Amino acid sequence: MRKEPVKIKEKDKLSRVKGFEEVVQGFSEAEALEEASRCIQCKDPKCIAGCPVGIDIKAFIGQISKKDYAGAYFTIRQKNNFPSICGRICPAEYQCRKTCVFTKKTEPFASKEAIGIHFLERFIGDHGAQKKLQIKAANDTKRSQMQVAVVGSGPAGLCCAGELARCGIKVVVFEGLHKTGGVLRYGIPPFRLPRNILDFEIDSLKKLGVEIRTNTIIGRVKVIDELFAEGFSAIFLGLGAGIPSFMGIPGENLCNIYSANEFLTRVNLMSAHTFPVSHTPINIGKHIVVIGGGNTAMDAARVALRLQHMNGIEPDTTISYRRTEVEMPARRLEIEHAKEEGVKFDLLVKPEGFIGDEKGFVKKMRSSRCELGEPDSSGRRRPVVIANSSFEADCDLAVVAIGLGANKILTSVTPKLATDKYGDVIVNPETMETSIKGVFAGGDIVGGEGTVIEAMGMAKKAASAILDYLEKAAV
Amino acid sequence: MKILNKEILADSQGVRIVKLTIHLPDIAAKAKAGQFVVLMVKEEGERIPLTIVKADAGQGSIEIIAQEAGLTTKLLAELKAGDFLYSIVGPLGHPTEIKKYGKVILVGGGVGIAEILPVAKALKDAGNQVTAIIGSRNKELLILERDLKEASDECVVMTDDGSYGRKGFVTEALKELLEKSKYDLVYAVGPIPMMRAVCGVTKPLGVLTLVSLNAIMVDGTGMCGCCRVRVGGKVRFSCVDGPEFDAAQVDWDELSKRNSIYGEKEKHICRLHNEQVNK
Repeated sequence: MRKEPVKIKEKDKLSRVKGFEEVVQGFSEAEALEEASRCIQCKDPKCIAGCPVGIDIKAFIGQISKKDYAGAYFTIRQKNNFPSICGRICPAEYQCRKTCVFTKKTEPFASKEAIGIHFLERFIGDHGAQKKLQIKAANDTKRSQMQVAVVGSGPAGLCCAGELARCGIKVVVFEGLHKTGGVLRYGIPPFRLPRNILDFEIDSLKKLGVEIRTNTIIGRVKVIDELFAEGFSAIFLGLGAGIPSFMGIPGENLCNIYSANEFLTRVNLMSAHTFPVSHTPINIGKHIVVIGGGNTAMDAARVALRLQHMNGIEPDTTISYRRTEVEMPARRLEIEHAKEEGVKFDLLVKPEGFIGDEKGFVKKMRSSRCELGEPDSSGRRRPVVIANSSFEADCDLAVVAIGLGANKILTSVTPKLATDKYGDVIVNPETMETSIKGVFAGGDIVGGEGTVIEAMGMAKKAASAILDYLEKAAV
Repeated sequence: MKILNKEILADSQGVRIVKLTIHLPDIAAKAKAGQFVVLMVKEEGERIPLTIVKADAGQGSIEIIAQEAGLTTKLLAELKAGDFLYSIVGPLGHPTEIKKYGKVILVGGGVGIAEILPVAKALKDAGNQVTAIIGSRNKELLILERDLKEASDECVVMTDDGSYGRKGFVTEALKELLEKSKYDLVYAVGPIPMMRAVCGVTKPLGVLTLVSLNAIMVDGTGMCGCCRVRVGGKVRFSCVDGPEFDAAQVDWDELSKRNSIYGEKEKHICRLHNEQVNK
């Protein structure tokens, strides 16, 4: 048995920065078989506990080894409706791979020897898509009479919709934007999650009977009570984290300072990189700074770098982060990819302000150097500004990727819906039920920003509680 | 999203102002004065905000009025009755606070006249004494004069070139009125320089002045922060915190700079479109 994991094929770094094609190419069948053969099929597999939706990882890898790919697909689909998505964007090094028996206890992330579980999941997901494998909705006449409304078509909403639909329940998903997918579409760039994959996964939900109504903002055209009055027996809120945070430093409203949400939405959702074919414009800088250390920051930096390449601008995109690389919340793979592609990293740096030109466009960023102090409430060592370390650097476009707060469009018109001081919806952690009977919630609107798979974990829990709720309500 | 009716309200020097009646029962049932929609004409189109000028819940339709400025408004003006929009959402933003203020002046400049109309009606219905000041570059571009006259107790018409009504800017008429009598509210919508000039007149006099800002938006639901504007020193999002703000508190300089961020690109895409149309 080989000790080293099978290396995943990636698009060459020189050519990939000139477009938005997918970077990670996935396993061939032979590679998948070889990687699967590294799994020792632990008697007491720890990897499963590391998966927020509890996929039977041991079983599906075992099925791959037996070349039972369809079997592996259905094993995954039992717990996860979106294997092709999760296989691409899950931070496996913090999750299943972290708990893999091959991960050494002392390492902050999964060891490189850990099984490439996510790549195998992706291989199987893509196999299912290729072979058009489809699970069937349960034929349950009682349940087919029940209607559930899902608000938001991001990871949480889609997952909850899928879970309910497969049990035979009629689900209607309401989406505010003109396209489905939420952050999967407006946030995650196509080079990480190709649009045909996203579309396939959403289409497979529609085949399960899920109806999706775009251009419909719940809280505006309809409120919660109206949904109940229309005959929905339960409601799931997957509203997402809506409002981008800014730093509150001088000059932050200068032209060409974008929130990561705006920058990524213009490109990913509105195709601004193809302007004027697409009518949505975006500006491109010669010296781009992205502030933050999460996946969103990596995405924004890699999009920015591509825009520079595609427009004949000497690439100069820098990630500015207050701590060091170890503390960055981003997936390790994204950090690696960003570096390979030529994104520069300026670490232990705290932005202090922006300086603009006479037309109101940013031209410089002023920052201070930091060092790491005592750990803060997140357990990460706090950045402490070093006195008199302030410096200026060229910056004609900045992207602020420091996080998001709760969107209040629905909560502000629903006073009965209890929220915490951050504006997030409060739920019973066992059932994900909110303060309103029959209304459940999950994803980033509960407890703030998390990963796609964490949102799905919450949505699954909510879906199972919704089934119980409907069962009781029907009696 | 079907267009039920299209009317060309003005056509002067190659600039049209069009009124579209769109079948949207859900939005029509909920829309209130001061709110807006975000729409896309085509799949590759841009998302732009436009004020809901009228909502007819009975007929299940709303009216929007747009002046050809950028590409999206040009494409909008090219649509015909029977066509469909690609996307439209709303009603967005806070509605205007409608109550009895007393004596109010509504100032509308250019296509901004369309935006003060629903507010004028609502304020009149709430028992206010309503004066409207409407202005445009010339007679041809003046819209909704009859509607505003109906919706107000007094209506002053101004044109920049004097081709109709009085010659001069809306601010001149505003100043005269405020010098003669005391007013409780001024509500202004129009190009940024006009709203800023209105603020310049009312701020020294301490008259409460509300403006509906036309910041650039993408989603219109608070998600992107593109429309952020500084009001009273605080960063606010026009889409979810506005679109109306106290004019005296608005950082006008920053707003006008932010709104010209894509000026060059807008010109470029309009030029390409015109070349294509003229082929």
